[in-house]
Amino acid sequence: MIQQQKREIIIPSQLLGEVKLKKAGRGTFIENGKIYAEILGILDEKSDYINVIPIKGRYDPVENDFVIGIVEEAMASNWLVDINAAYPALLHVNETPWDIEFGETEKYLNYGDSIMAKVLQVDREKKIQITLKDYNLYKIKGGHIIEVEPSKVPRIIGKKGSMISLLKKYTKCRIFVGQNGRIWIDGNDDDIKKVVETIKMIENESLSFGLTNKIEELLKKDAKDVR
Amino acid sequence: MKTDIKLIVDGKRLDGRRPDELRKIKIEAGVLHRAEGSCYLEWGGNKIIAAIYGPREAVPRHIQNPLRAIVNARYNMAAFSVDDRKRPGPDRRSTEISKVISEALEHVILLEKFPRATIDVNIEILDAEAGTRCAGLTAAAVALVDAGIPMRDIPVACASGKINNQIVLDLGKDEDNFGSADMPLAISPRTGEILLLQMDGHLTEEEFDEAFNLALKGCHIVSELQKKAILEKYKPILEVE
Repeated sequence: MIQQQKREIIIPSQLLGEVKLKKAGRGTFIENGKIYAEILGILDEKSDYINVIPIKGRYDPVENDFVIGIVEEAMASNWLVDINAAYPALLHVNETPWDIEFGETEKYLNYGDSIMAKVLQVDREKKIQITLKDYNLYKIKGGHIIEVEPSKVPRIIGKKGSMISLLKKYTKCRIFVGQNGRIWIDGNDDDIKKVVETIKMIENESLSFGLTNKIEELLKKDAKDVR
Repeated sequence: MKTDIKLIVDGKRLDGRRPDELRKIKIEAGVLHRAEGSCYLEWGGNKIIAAIYGPREAVPRHIQNPLRAIVNARYNMAAFSVDDRKRPGPDRRSTEISKVISEALEHVILLEKFPRATIDVNIEILDAEAGTRCAGLTAAAVALVDAGIPMRDIPVACASGKINNQIVLDLGKDEDNFGSADMPLAISPRTGEILLLQMDGHLTEEEFDEAFNLALKGCHIVSELQKKAILEKYKPILEVE
């Protein structure tokens, strides 16, 4: 087994290395041939790259990400949707599966409604467009939405979805994880409670090693208790 | 102001400090739940809370900059922060301080990452005892790091001044009121760039250099305290097995 590297908290302006020896990855900047951190985060060195993985901060939208949005405003031919980014996202009527008359957007989605959506485009001015035209994207009816730090989402999904498939297997819940840190859960009340507790635990212990196995054991034990 | 008050007796100041000694500083990061980032700071008798909201879309739209974010710092003194009640609301002094703090922060935040956005920095002075603009800026810097906002450096501020013909570090309340000069300084500690430099009173050229170097020394001490406060807040997340 490969020796697991020690984790270290990095604060902005911390010196991480030199350009000659390493490549500057995410969360870093270069000044006078030296690499510095730009955000509060955890050090992550992969091959030649030095990355800083953020601990906190807003969701930075990337094209083709799946997100959960909450409608903020319905306008004549589009909606403004809050996707937990620095800016509201635009959803145009042409990007929905419905055939909507001009000015009748409110009949389909209104203030406070939640949707599962895909980020269609992010331009240089950070204007965000989202779409409902993809497999498995709907308006959300029922269930619960919880929020976690967007930087913890990869941990909740796990390697190739290992963590999230565990949760689905042991709780019979329907779960949709948005890259923006919102998670939708539907099922019976006890199962939802268990999923929420487990996700909070994953979020708190996201830095520990072998977390997937630990969670599996925990879920297995709980499943036996119920029966 | 001409006074005969002795501010330095036997090389010790009124509160028992040496001339090059700072007041006691306590910094705590991440104290507010609803803010993106926050910081509570005690600097001698100063008690300050700084909170960061954003980056979020700037409104009204005409204040947006399509290329970068704007920093909107708001320095506010609570009515109960000084001995006589302060009339609440912005006045000339707090408007000025808000402006100089905004500009100091603009130089360290990577604003190009958030076009059209605004980063709101609220600095609330709960208790005041001289040097609130330095303390406010120091607290705001820690709160910005806590908010996860990309920055080139963590700015830090510290004041020096002149009392009884001697240059001293970090003036206290009486020293500020009865001394002959006060000079707040904010720097970017990694590069040594000056972000804020103001002066109230008179100093000769030599005295200015001495005061400047003393304030610089103070800044670097406070900078270490800032970094320690951030690490202290976030170290526990590493300690889960």
